[in-house]
Formats: sequence, C-alpha cells, structure tokens
Amino acid sequence: MNIWQKYVIPHSIEEAIHFLTSAPGPARPIGGGTDLLLEIQQGHHPPVHTLVDVTRIPDLLRLEEVGAHLFIGAAVPVRVITESPLVRYHATAVAEACGLIGGPQVRNTATLGGNVAHALPAADGMISLFAFDTQVEIANDGGRRLQPIHTLFKGPGQSALDLSSEIIVGFYLPLRQSGQSSAFSRVMRPQGVALPILNMAVWMERDDRVIHDIHIAIGPSGPVPFRATRVEHELIGHPPDSISLQRAKEAIHQSIQFRSSAMRAGAAYRHHLSEVLLEEVIGKAWQRAFELEAV
Amino acid sequence: MSDPNLITLTVNGRTYQLPEVPGEMLADLLRYRLKLTGTKVACGEAECGACTVILNGEPVLSCSFPAAKADGADILTIEGLSDLHKTPTADGQLIPLHPLQQSFIEYGAVQCGFCIPGQIMTSYALLERNPDPSEEDIKYALKDTLCRCAGYPSIIGAIKAAAFTLKTGQPLPHPPIDPSNHAGRVVGRIQPRPDAIAKVTGKAIYTDDIQFENMLHARVKRAGVPSGILRKLNIEKARKLPGVVAVLTAKDIPGEKNHGLVIPDWPIMVGIDEQIRTVGDALAIVAAETRQIASKALDLIEVEIEPLPVIDHPVKAIQDDAIRIHKNGNLLKHIKVRKGDVEEGFAQADVVLEHTYHTPMHDHAFMEPECSIARLTPEGRMEIYVGSQIPYSDRNQVARALGVPEEQVRIIGQLIGGGFGGKEDIAGQIHAALLARATGRPVKLLFDRQESLIVHPKRHATQIRVKVGAKKDGTLTAVETELFGDTGAYASLGEKVLTRATTHSSGPYEIPNVKADCYAMYTNNPPAGAFRGFGVMQSAFAIESMMDTLAEVLHMDPVELRKKNALKVGSITNTGQVLRESVGLMECIERVEAEMNRLSGGNPFIPKPVEGAPHRLRAWGFAVGYKNTGLGGGAPDKAGAEVELRRDGTFQVRSSSAELGQGLPTVLQLIAAEELNQNPRQIDVLLMDTDLTPDGGPTTASRQTFVTGNAVRHAARALRQLLTSELAERYDVPPQEIRFIEGLAQVNGKQVSLSHLAEQMLESGRQPLASYTYWAPATRPLGQGGDMHFAFSFAAQAAEVEVNTLTGEVNVLRLIIANDVGTAINPLGLRGQIEGGAIMGIGHALTENFIVEQGRVITDRLARYRMPSITLTPEIIPIVVEHPVTEGPFGAKGVGEIVLIPTIPAITNAIYHAVGVRFDRIPVDQEKILLTLKERSGNY
Repeated sequence: MNIWQKYVIPHSIEEAIHFLTSAPGPARPIGGGTDLLLEIQQGHHPPVHTLVDVTRIPDLLRLEEVGAHLFIGAAVPVRVITESPLVRYHATAVAEACGLIGGPQVRNTATLGGNVAHALPAADGMISLFAFDTQVEIANDGGRRLQPIHTLFKGPGQSALDLSSEIIVGFYLPLRQSGQSSAFSRVMRPQGVALPILNMAVWMERDDRVIHDIHIAIGPSGPVPFRATRVEHELIGHPPDSISLQRAKEAIHQSIQFRSSAMRAGAAYRHHLSEVLLEEVIGKAWQRAFELEAV
Repeated sequence: MSDPNLITLTVNGRTYQLPEVPGEMLADLLRYRLKLTGTKVACGEAECGACTVILNGEPVLSCSFPAAKADGADILTIEGLSDLHKTPTADGQLIPLHPLQQSFIEYGAVQCGFCIPGQIMTSYALLERNPDPSEEDIKYALKDTLCRCAGYPSIIGAIKAAAFTLKTGQPLPHPPIDPSNHAGRVVGRIQPRPDAIAKVTGKAIYTDDIQFENMLHARVKRAGVPSGILRKLNIEKARKLPGVVAVLTAKDIPGEKNHGLVIPDWPIMVGIDEQIRTVGDALAIVAAETRQIASKALDLIEVEIEPLPVIDHPVKAIQDDAIRIHKNGNLLKHIKVRKGDVEEGFAQADVVLEHTYHTPMHDHAFMEPECSIARLTPEGRMEIYVGSQIPYSDRNQVARALGVPEEQVRIIGQLIGGGFGGKEDIAGQIHAALLARATGRPVKLLFDRQESLIVHPKRHATQIRVKVGAKKDGTLTAVETELFGDTGAYASLGEKVLTRATTHSSGPYEIPNVKADCYAMYTNNPPAGAFRGFGVMQSAFAIESMMDTLAEVLHMDPVELRKKNALKVGSITNTGQVLRESVGLMECIERVEAEMNRLSGGNPFIPKPVEGAPHRLRAWGFAVGYKNTGLGGGAPDKAGAEVELRRDGTFQVRSSSAELGQGLPTVLQLIAAEELNQNPRQIDVLLMDTDLTPDGGPTTASRQTFVTGNAVRHAARALRQLLTSELAERYDVPPQEIRFIEGLAQVNGKQVSLSHLAEQMLESGRQPLASYTYWAPATRPLGQGGDMHFAFSFAAQAAEVEVNTLTGEVNVLRLIIANDVGTAINPLGLRGQIEGGAIMGIGHALTENFIVEQGRVITDRLARYRMPSITLTPEIIPIVVEHPVTEGPFGAKGVGEIVLIPTIPAITNAIYHAVGVRFDRIPVDQEKILLTLKERSGNY
C-alpha cells in the first residue's frame, strides 16, 4: 500500500534516465508530484516502485533566453514561472496560466513538466504552452530530441511519452517580437465538483490595423489538446472587430465539439463561454501587443 | 544524499538524520517521528492547506510532499515560529509569540484551531514576501488554506494587524469588536479563548496527535455498495498478513449489535445474510502494527454481496412497491403541524402561490477527520480518546456494544477540530474499543477524508412544497407545506432534524392557519443527521424564497411583507406557543433594512450595473429566520456542571459539554468569573470527560450557552455561598460583609487568600466544590400546544450580489447580518460564529453540493466537495441585537445555528433581483443563470 518503494533524487539527466531504466519495478519521473502522488494514492494510477525526482537536475531548473528562444526548464516551480519577468514579458499567457494552477502552496512544487506529462486535456499550463510554437526537449538513453508540443498526447491523461524511460527537459518558446503578445483566461464553476469549465490561451502578432498571425488553444476541446486553426483562420488578416469575432465564434461552433459533462458544464454553456473567453483573450492580447515594456 | 537510506533535514533549527521510510510523506515524518504534531493533516489530498510548512522559505503542503524529497531542506513548522519574533505590548513588554500568533488570538481568528497552524504558516510566508499585503493579496495567498469555522474576515484582520506590528514595532491594533450592551464586569466583554495559545503554537492536542506505546492502527472494511445482502466474508488472508493483529466481524461483537442516537438501527458491522443499506456500512475491522498494513489487509478481505435495488430518493422510498430498507418499512416518521384551518385560510386569500424547492445533502467538512483511540486500563476499563459532541452518549453506546456496565467505559474528550453536528453519532469509537478489547493493546482508528465523507451523517436533502395564501395587503392567511426528508440509511437524529424543519417551515411569521406534513424517509443514501441549522436551513430557503415571490406578486416591498407578518411578543407560533418575551425579529429587520438602504443608496432590489462593466449587475436580497434554542418538544433538557476552588486558589469549571470551536470554554469561564468576581484567567474549564465532568448533555440545538451556561452560573453561585458561609463561620462575621476579589476574599477588611481558604476547607474535610444540575424550562411535545421551545433566536440578513451576465458567475459582495442573541456573553466568539455561519451559508448557496448517484458518493474527496475558501469572503456587517431571555444566563440564548439560516435565501433572492433568475434549488448553478438569460434575450 505504500505509494512508492523507492524515492531517488538524481542530479543529472543521465542519472535520472539510469534510475528509470534500471528500476526493479515500474518507475516514473516525478516533479512536484501534485497530481501523480494523489493518483497513485487514490488508485487512479498503476502502482509505482521507483519515483525519480527530477527537481534537482540543474538542466531542468533553467529559466533563460537561449538564442531566439525562451527556455523554461521542466522542473521550474510554476510559482517561479508566474513571477519571472522573462516569462511575463515573452510568454505572458504562460505566466497567467501558471498563476492559476492550484493554490500558492501547490505552485511552489508543481512544475510545467508534470503538467504536460500528465496530459489532461484542459491543464492550464499545458494549454498556455500550446498557444506558442512550443518545442519540448525530451531525454532518454538515446540522447535528447525536440518535439512539437502537440505530438505529446495520446488521450485524456495519456502521454505519448514513454514515462518509464524518458523525461521532459524543458520547453522552448519563441522570444516575443515587436507586435506580438499572448493572453490566458479561464472560467471555473464553483458549484459541486469544482473544475475549470473552459480555458483559453492565445498568441498573436498584429500591426496597427490587423492581426497578422494568431494561435488559439482551448481546453478541454477534445480527448487531446489541439490548436483551433479554423478559428485562427477567420481572424488572420482582419482587425479584431465585431465582424471577424463573429466569424471566429461561428468557426468555434463549426469546428469544436464541446462535451457535456454532468459535473462540469453542458456543451451549450461551454460554447457560450468559449465566445466570452475568445473576446476576452483576444482583447487582452490585442492591447498588450504594443506594450513592449523593457524586461 | 550521502547515505541513500537516510534523510537529513533541519526542522526549526535542529538537524535530524532519519532512515527513509517508503511512501512516507513529510507531514507523517514531522508528526509521528519528530512528534511535531502542530502540523495537521485534514485532507491528505493537497486541498486544504492545514499541513502547510515552510520549506526552504516557501510554503508547501507537507501531506503530499514526499519526506525523501525534503532531504537537505530547512523546514519551519508552527512550533518554531515563536522563536523568530516576539510581540510588543503597549507597556513595553514582549509577548513570547510571533505577532501572527498573537494577532490570531486577539482577533478571534482561532476557533476550533485545527486549520490554524496552516493558516499562520501560510500567512507567515506571505508576510515574508509581502510585508504590507492588501486584502486581495491575502485572499490570493490563502486561497487554498481552508477554515470551516470560516473566520476568514477575522483571519484577514489578524494578518493585517500582524503586518502592522512587524513593520512598525508597535503593539497590535485592537480588533473592531464592541462589548455587549448588557456587559457586566467580564461577561459581555472581549476575552481571548483560554485554549488559543496552545492552538497558535501547535501545542494543542487533538486525538490523532496522541500516540501510545505499542499502539495498533485500525481500518474498516466498508461495503462500497449501497444496497444488498452480505453473503460471504472471508477474512483468512487478511488475518494471515504479517503485522495484522486482529480482524473482527459482526459475530465478534459481545454486546448489542447496533448503535444509534435515538433508534439503535445502525449495525456496528453487517453480519452474514444481513442487509447492507449504504456504501459506508462496516463489514469487518482490522488492527495492525501500521496503518499501511491495516490498509493492505482490507484489500485481502473477500466479500460477496447480493445486490438489491437502490432507493436513492425519499419520494421513491415512500412508494408501495419500494423494497424495505428497515424491517418496519421506509417511513421513519410522519411529522405534522396543525394550526387553524388552511382551507379556510386559502379561501380568504387574495393570492395563493405554490412551489416546490429542493436542497441537497451537505457535508460538515469539519477540518479534523474523525479519530478514536481505545485503550484498556490495567484495571480492565475501556478508555476512549475522541473528539465527540456527546461524550456520555458515546459512553453508553460503547458500553452496550461491549456488553459492559457504563462505568467500565470512560470517554476522555479531546479538542475537536470542528463538528457542526457531524460528531454526534458514533464514528470509530466502538470499532476501536472492540479491537482494543480483542488485542489488549491501544488501538487508533483514524478516518481518512474519503472515509469521513462517505460515513458520517450528512445534512438532510429535502424536497419542500410551499403553498401560501395572502391578502392584498400582504397579511398571510395560510401556509401549507409538505416536506420529504432523506434521512438516508439510518435514523441518527433524522426525526428530530425533520421535526425542526417542519415546525419552522412557515417561517418566523404569525399565521392563523398552518398545515405542515413531513415524511422522514429512509433511503440507501449515506445517513443524514445533525448539521448546524438542523432542518431549519432547508425550510428557511423554501419559505423565504416563497416570501420574495409573494412580495413580487403583491407588488410589495419584500421587507415590508416580512414586517407585516413577523413574529413579535404576544404572537402565537404555528405550534401554538405564545411568545412572551425576547422576540427581536422586528429590530433585526429594521436595522438590516436601514443599513441596506444606507449602503445601496436606496432601491436595493433594483439591479445596478457596475460602472465600466455593464455586464456585471448588482442587487440586494433580504431574508429572515428563527431557530429554537435547546432540545424542546418535551425532551428533558438539562446540564450538569461543577465548580471547584483548587488548592492553588484558582477555580475549575467542569462539564461534559463539548467544545467544537464555538467558544464554550470562554462562555463558561466568563460566567463563572462574573459570579465569583474573579479574573477569567483564574478560571480553568475542563470539558468532555465522563469520569471527571458531570453530564452536560449533547452539544447540539444551540443549547450549551443557555443550558450549561446556567448550570455553571448556578454552580458558581452555590460555591460562592459555600465559601461565604465557611468564611462567615470561621471568622465569625455576617456573610454580607464578605466579598470576593481576584484571588482573595475580603473578610471584615481583612484579606484571606483563596488558596488558604481551600487548604483550610480540605483540612477540615470539606470540599470547596459545588455542583448543579440545571433543568431548562419544561417544553411540550409537538401537537400539544404550549411551549414547544423555551427560547428562539431571530435573525435578518441582507446580501448584495454581483452577477456576471456573460458567464453567469455570482459573487457575494456584502452581507448585513443581525441576530437577536439575547445577550452577547462572548462578543469575540459571537463574531466568529457570525462570520463562520455567513461563510458556510455562502458555501451552501454557491458551492457545496454533496452528490450521490444511485447511493454512491461522487463527492468523496475534499477536492470534489467544495467548501468556501477565503476568496469568497464578502464584507460582513454584523449587527448584534439583544433582547434578553429572563431564564437565560445573563439573558443569553443560542446563536450557533441562526447565523447560517437566512444567508442562503438572502443570496438567492439577491440573484433574482439582479438578473431575474429564481432558484428553487441550491447550490445556485451559474450555467442555469446564463442559459436563462440567453433564452430570455432570444439569443438561443
């Protein structure tokens, strides 16, 4: 009945991979463990023999500019991400989303690596990363590789990663350029089983008249997260006025099948909220895009 | 890690090296290995923040933080906090507590105390990063640090006060709380709780903080299905598991097989071929060397259950073809109220309205999960350490199960981390005792949160049909109600709760014709029992919603309609009771109305858009309520207490009455201090021990201030007379020349120390002790007219809400709360009750919903059962109305429940006034608001 038999704290990626692959029983990497430990404890995750704590591996704790990218280490606590001037500037949506994960105590241990590996279709941090062209660095005993974030999901709660032999090192997000911005928001339903009904992240590039490019991620909009490309398409090349917003809202209706779930929300309500959130995040991002304050 | 099997960590400045234990969380290491039990575990699922400690400068949740991960860390727990900083006083002294600890005490933020270490540590982390936090900063930082006593406004005030002191070095600013209008020398004045220091330093001991040598850990095998027949139960594999010491089943119970507060209908364990009635039914109990082993043993118990149909609603339970949940059928009780002739009343009415309302089950969600420790003494008596609302009932029920005389059992009550009615029934007391008896070793049975949510009785879910008739001028001519109450699988206090729901179902109004019928039904849902408000919360939601609708139909102001019909002195209630005094309802209504008009600038019931955000609409709602004090209905209502002068010159007050956080020790301390003319600090209060304290009766029905308060008052008076006559005789002076002052008696101008007096009396073989059994005024059973209750508390509340018409989200912004409490004996504790009741009301209105589907509990985690967090805290404007009761101690009557009752309809009425969406069930569903608004605008 123990949640784990062995808890190891490696100090390098190689050591972590070695612990994972040489464990005498099922092994899993663990970041803050805020989801994983409860799932094991409550019987929603198969038993684990060895937990490999990745939160003391220097490479996973980096948060810095690397060339044309912002690198966020997979084990950086989300509180640090929320408060980081670098993230707030280059990836405002990620800072906003991380500020909404759990409560303050949870944010001191929760990590984006865990958030993404957990593969829930509406995880706030993960959805915010989706709005950027985030590349995820993954390590296994074959070395390291980069994969676009949308390739990491198999189904609700099912990661495409092999978590018994590989770990997420971190996330590469493009640095913010002139005219670019991002925003994140969500709506909770406090009644009964409290769960977010819907969240939305947007990344945008505009000039003084129109949206040049836009990425929109909505969670939960299916078993695996995806970008709302048809909605984006309605907005590109247009100002965010009522006409194009109306077209974008119609595109949500045409391209996304929200589910009704008894404990969270009906599909009709979700659809409505998706319109409200769309206006909100686009409005915020549009405003922000010209606020190029210094870091 | 130098040695992979050792954890090195520094806690409160001391460094430890400990062997690693697989699966161990930091909270367990701190609590059980380092004995730092100030850190509490309330949920075990990273939801509530009670276990917060500071790790390398940041707050983390130690209940879900692997101990091994803390290797190398520097940890601060509540026990280490007072070493860091002291609190300056006005006279230049230093109180040896951190300003946060001292401010939590002075602001009354400490109630049951279970969450307090987590609150203080989280606040400490906040102030370290932000020395001058705004209210918003505080709410953000404490978002996930839950308090069910819910003194959130006091917590906010305490944090701001501590921040001020830390910043300026000045003493703490005083809390803004007024004394009673009828304050005496100490009664009615601000007095910190006697147990507050222990609670802010982590030294307060709750049951799970106790460890005995050689102690075993118990767990219970539960049915997991809501309805069926237990056909097979194989415990052999479990018994053989190394570390398992005993596995017991129904056939191992030496005495009575059932327990129950009123009707013994609840099996201690379900036997073979016996009926399973709810998912939480116990089938077998295990004691093992560790909790882990006991848990593993549960999985090895093989169970075969033949399923039966599930009755999941009281209306289904009453059908003729429904299966019988109990031998005598599914009707626990048909409760009737009759006054006048409703048909005639409806015939006289200009308007007749009828509607049906629904309320769900609620969980008490007290922060401290149930825990019992049973231990056989060398003399063979059974001792039970437990936080229980009715210690003498526990003793009786444990003794009957063991088949021993009651004197062979001693209940040693521990601090209770919240109760709210949920710790009146047996939880693990009997199971722990059976295992202690079988093994000869101490046995601890601690519920985890999931078990707590599934097993203990809930608030009754109800369906309430209300039919009202009124004249054009608003005069009520008749009210008819029909209630179906879901008492779940077992009776518990169901009959009494639903009687209260029924008698209060026409509201605090004088109505010539009343008819109320309630069907208290058994179902296969978890049992329902006592919960703050005791049925009246449910019926108040129904009648107060209906009154608002009636006001609208009559084109009347909702406040005027209530004034028109409000009970006053001389009124006859629907049960035929003439109210002779202490009916402060009209004053509550008028004062809340005046404040509401002032704050709203007039027209409180007209929606107003927020400037710059026209999609946010604000409006006020109004509701009233009343609630009996005491058991009533003809039940003998008495409490015993004794007061003793001890050798050291201090006094001890003793009663078995329970302290759940509501502040009874302060109340009793103040009453005794007033009567004995002593400083409250000279009075020690001992509660909840069936060997040492006389029976105070159940702590329920808002009765303890009145009943035990009176017992203590009379006992203190008797002791004073005893001491006076002793001194009169000894010094040969007339009794009227003897006075008591702090620690001293003044005899004819000469001072005699009380310790000396105690010594002298004891030497001459006389006990400086007086006891008193107080019998509350007799009441009469329902249906017989006369006084069904000896006192009622009254209340009015107004709520201002803001509804976001884009999302349907609702926020409560302000609550004006007036309660007629007779006399406010303990204003600091009263403030806690008012705040906590209001926040619980907000929870019931907006967030809480105990969801059961086909008898299975969906909300079986704290993450799923949403009690309100500090983020929902509105501005609370309390108004204390004092219409004393002649018979009450210093005029006081109960307050613990009335505080919650009008909050819910005040909020739902406000939502109606803001956006025109009427809720006939709670919690409010924001989705319904939004979809209704869209439909109405033709947008859908």
